[in-house]
Amino acid sequence: MRYETDVTVIGAGGAGMAAALSAHRNGADVILIEREEESGGVLNQCIHNGFGLHYYRKDLTGPEFKETLEEELATTNVKVLEGTFVLDVSKDKKITFVNSKGIHEVKTKALVMTTGARERHFNSLGIPGDRVSGIFTAGVAQKYINLQNLKPANSALIVGSGDIGLIMARRLHLEGIEVKGVVEILPYPGGLERNVQQCLRDYNIPLYLSHSVTRVEGKNRLDKVYVSQIDEAGRIVPNSERVFNVDALITSVGLIPSVKPVEFVRTGPGFITTNTNQTTADWIFAAGNCTVIFDLVDYVAREGEKAGKYAALYAKNEYVPEERITIKKGKNINIIHPSYIDPNESTKLYVRVSKVFQRAEITVEPLGIEIIEEEARPSEMIEIHIKSFKEKRIKEIEVSAHELG
Amino acid sequence: MNLVEYKKKKIICTNCPLGCKINLIYTDADEVEIIEAQGNTCKRGLEFAKQEITDPVRVVVTSVKVEDGEIPMTSVRSDKPVPLRLMEEIMDVIREIKVNAPVVKGDIIVENILNTGANIISTRTVNSRDSKSKEQKKLKENYDG
Ligand SMILES: Cc1cc2nc3c(=O)[nH]c(=O)nc-3n(C[C@H](O)[C@H](O)[C@H](O)COP(=O)(O)OP(=O)(O)OC[C@H]3O[C@@H](n4cnc5c(N)ncnc54)[C@H](O)[C@@H]3O)c2cc1C
Ligand code: SF4
Repeated sequence: MRYETDVTVIGAGGAGMAAALSAHRNGADVILIEREEESGGVLNQCIHNGFGLHYYRKDLTGPEFKETLEEELATTNVKVLEGTFVLDVSKDKKITFVNSKGIHEVKTKALVMTTGARERHFNSLGIPGDRVSGIFTAGVAQKYINLQNLKPANSALIVGSGDIGLIMARRLHLEGIEVKGVVEILPYPGGLERNVQQCLRDYNIPLYLSHSVTRVEGKNRLDKVYVSQIDEAGRIVPNSERVFNVDALITSVGLIPSVKPVEFVRTGPGFITTNTNQTTADWIFAAGNCTVIFDLVDYVAREGEKAGKYAALYAKNEYVPEERITIKKGKNINIIHPSYIDPNESTKLYVRVSKVFQRAEITVEPLGIEIIEEEARPSEMIEIHIKSFKEKRIKEIEVSAHELG
Repeated sequence: MNLVEYKKKKIICTNCPLGCKINLIYTDADEVEIIEAQGNTCKRGLEFAKQEITDPVRVVVTSVKVEDGEIPMTSVRSDKPVPLRLMEEIMDVIREIKVNAPVVKGDIIVENILNTGANIISTRTVNSRDSKSKEQKKLKENYDG
């Protein structure tokens, strides 16, 4: 079958659903494609609350956030194709996808990529030891417990103190699995302070900062995990080894943006975009975790909404950017998103600093923007609003951070 | 003579993802009274702080088994926070529960759990096994039309 549409959205997570809705509201015909049988992406398995406080001004769980978006989608004529996998996106704006009815093709005017991110695997850490079962990524453990009613372990150690690791520590503990600790290689926790409190301290689960797994042992099933302290230079501190007797190691060591199957635009590692979510191919827009890893689905949904809007305007020839200004990472900045600004439109700039600050001053030059952040940490995304600035002749913008003390 | 002791504590407000760090000076002679608070971005942080010193409360989130559903579990939450000290007992009650599909978002699964005044409600919809296939058929028709 062949179809034609204004806007195609690939991936129906928080970003994709918001993008489809907003493209529709901006007058476009929209097809939303999702490979799973159910829309929602990671929202389905994130059964904890803490979503939606900015976007809906309500404290929602992941599934509630998703159903709220789904209810809005149901009132529109957006075509939602679930259980449908996108095979190919070609430069001449054709999208090939497959589902139980066969292979199909859509000719589209604009595309929004909202394909999310996948988890980094334990093997990528290069830790020596036996090849054993019992090592899962946090996302997989979360699916087992929250969606499939399986108990994957009796006792567990968690590697990585990002939000996913922290949330899984509490989840496993409350499911009666003994959580012997969370191991973090950095000297500060990777997740939100709130999650350190309500997931670890609330249940007296120890957090081992500046520690790393050095070896795993077991016959078939994991049996022992060796952990040592790491000094500032990244070396193992002698005689600091601890042994944990656990049958599961749950890893939460980062997410990698998924950009497949679009192969001809700039990535690094996620899609590089403008403030209007446009990639280096002007008809392809991108939003959510496939661009950069966001802390909050609220940001993801807002980005999706923006991508949907500009894609719809692009499809109607109502959005044609004239110039792009580069945004550069200055001193002490680890991540910056977006990478380019269309100065005619306003910008939400997302920044992660590269070290812990008591009191950080973040500057955006030459725009003269200064922001003070107390206890800024790499794990917390800082949001900076930039107004449109048509009148000024600016070629490049630099963001930097320094300690105020 | 005034023997009221001023105490200090740093708490993390878990009301919202901002997770403000609040430095408190308070007394708890009769009743908890906050003398000084620093670091809360909004007023809700103060209420949270007072509650946190008196008797911490949290929202429960977990899942419940579903019979004959399109998927084997539904996710649930408490419709208001419950005392943290009761968390394990509440989990023990919820773990034993089974409901029959269909379940709709907002359905009450356990009323007034352990007399806390909070209900355990479903946070998603789980259709029964046969209705899912109906819905899918509808979806495909939609897409063909
Ligand atoms: C464990 C965990 C806990 C979190 N906790 C919180 C929290 O407490 N509060 C909060 O606000 N945020 C939280 N977040 C963050 C937030 O949930 C995510 O950032 C957000 O939901 C990501 O949305 P997304 O749409 O970018 O990606 P996803 O939700 O990953 O969606 C991507 C979708 O694209 C589909 N897809 C990918 N490739 C293809 C293809 N080729 N064809 C078709 N479909 C495809 C996938 O199946 C998926 O459904 C958490 C995230 C995780 C993982
Ligand atoms: S004090 Fe207000 S802003 Fe800060 S975490 Fe609490 S509720 Fe959120």
